[in-house]
Amino acid sequence: MLVFAFKRLAQSIAVLFVMSALVFVGVYAIGNPVDILINPQADQAEIAAATRALGLDQPLWNQYWTFVSGALAGDLGKSFAANIPAVRLILERMPATLELALAAMVIAVVLGIPLGLWAGLKPDSVSGRVIMAGSILGFSLPTFWVGLLLIMVFSVWLGWLPPTGRGETVTVLGVPVSFLTWDGLKHLFMPAMNLALFKLSLLIRLTRAGTREALAQDYVRFARAKGLSMERVVRVHVLKNIMIPIVTVTGLEFGSVIAFAIVTETIFAWPGMGKLLIDSINVLDRPVIVAYLLIIVLIFVLINLIVDLAYTALDPRVRLAGRSA
Amino acid sequence: MKTTFLIPLPSSLLPQAGRDFARDRVAAAALAVLSLILLAAIAAPLITPQDPYDLARLDILDSKLAPGAKAGAGFTFWLGSDDQGRDMVSAILYGLRISLGVGALSTAVALGLGMTIGLVSAYAGGWLDNLIMRLVDLQLSFPSILIALVLLAVVGQGVDKIVIALVFVQWAYYARTVRGAALVEKRREYVDAARVMAFSARRIVFRHILPNVLPPLIVVATVQVAHAIALEATLSFLGLGMPITSPSLGLLIANGFAHLLSGRYWISFFPGMALLVTIVAINLVGDRLRDVLNPRLTSHYGA
Repeated sequence: MLVFAFKRLAQSIAVLFVMSALVFVGVYAIGNPVDILINPQADQAEIAAATRALGLDQPLWNQYWTFVSGALAGDLGKSFAANIPAVRLILERMPATLELALAAMVIAVVLGIPLGLWAGLKPDSVSGRVIMAGSILGFSLPTFWVGLLLIMVFSVWLGWLPPTGRGETVTVLGVPVSFLTWDGLKHLFMPAMNLALFKLSLLIRLTRAGTREALAQDYVRFARAKGLSMERVVRVHVLKNIMIPIVTVTGLEFGSVIAFAIVTETIFAWPGMGKLLIDSINVLDRPVIVAYLLIIVLIFVLINLIVDLAYTALDPRVRLAGRSA
Repeated sequence: MKTTFLIPLPSSLLPQAGRDFARDRVAAAALAVLSLILLAAIAAPLITPQDPYDLARLDILDSKLAPGAKAGAGFTFWLGSDDQGRDMVSAILYGLRISLGVGALSTAVALGLGMTIGLVSAYAGGWLDNLIMRLVDLQLSFPSILIALVLLAVVGQGVDKIVIALVFVQWAYYARTVRGAALVEKRREYVDAARVMAFSARRIVFRHILPNVLPPLIVVATVQVAHAIALEATLSFLGLGMPITSPSLGLLIANGFAHLLSGRYWISFFPGMALLVTIVAINLVGDRLRDVLNPRLTSHYGA
């Protein structure tokens, strides 16, 4: 287990380095930062001075070294627009995104697993079919359009929920959160539903497929033959066995929820880091874009690492397979 | 048990495949709807009451009219008009042309690229295969929207840029699919036979293996077209996709977003419906194609 964890950690660090190199090449080598950083009316001497000041006259590997050592120290430059360190700007916005992503995940899990279980137990019933049709629709509906529909129905027509913003927040352990105030909850509901929809559909399908597979296994038939109630068989025998893939997928999908929050945050003007990214792209605030990318890559790598390790701890078969290979 | 991929259908088998396809009535209906959408998009200049981008034909007095209102020029705005007095039916059909065109073009390029890379990877094996597959894994571990956003942030905007971005996020799916299928084919007797006959690697890969890995590839491509269209719409909605001169469905929706809060839902609702119907139709056709072309391949999501 320790060897596996160590190998996996080394892999993650390698991925981080590869990604940082790609981001660096993409942002610094392909585009010319001078064009964006320097006043267009500047003369040749000023441009040369600024190029030197930014270190852009150094060889590329040298620049990369400066970039990486800066990144390791948490220094990725200052935002042009806000004139504060880019990393700090993003970290300030991160709690809002994490809250939204967590809320979406909770909705997806709380609704998705029971619905999927139901559809798997009664695949030919009307309700089972309706659930499946709904999940197909959930896959096909573009997230941003669902967001618009939600605003149209709940804010414009019914007037129940506010269309944008985060509402009143309460500070818990130094982090502002919305879900503890009624106003904050009202603001959180629609974006969270919007973000949850795709994962909800995914979880329904996953749970349904797992349930159907488990029901056909000998141990389920044996448990039924032994005279156990269907309820107990489902709760103890089926659920336990389908939990491993569900936990894995839920964990892995958390990263993509954070990424998809870019769209949801833009629609609902949710002040998270996804909206910050879009705003930064629109004003070409390069340090913020780079910082966002590196932070999200870090989040992804961390999630993958944790899920892999948890998976190995949960399911000894994976460990054994890894050893024999 | 050996995995079997159907060999390319000889012409006598095509009607059979067609009958198989049509046995599912939902899929047949989806195909009919999709054909109608395609026809309408292609024939847009002939069947729309108005050229929505000829400024001389627009009348500002017609702006923001509700669905069913009469235009000054005599025709009816069945789906309403936008803030420029543009007929939404016409705008949607012209938008469909752009959305479908970008989706199909990027899918075709990505298909060619990913297919070649996947075939080379499978046939070459060794370190090259390892390297390519690591790249594919790395790319597929990030959501496509993130990759596309980053690319557009770096290279800037424009029709060509968005096609590049869509190609870039798609190639890995094809490379992986083709490699998997080609690895199975590579071990078949006919490949050994071709090798014994001293055919060049290139000939074996493209003339012998490629036709046999096409069916799963077609299935992935169908689903990916829908994916590409949705992604393009999302990027355009975020303001990073199509330029204002090529208004795709995503841009139409974004344009209507501003009017949504004042209750003029039709400016973004109907383009969204057009987008939804197109995507659902493509997905249903793709699902059925998978069943017909390869009964052993189960759904992506296990259902």
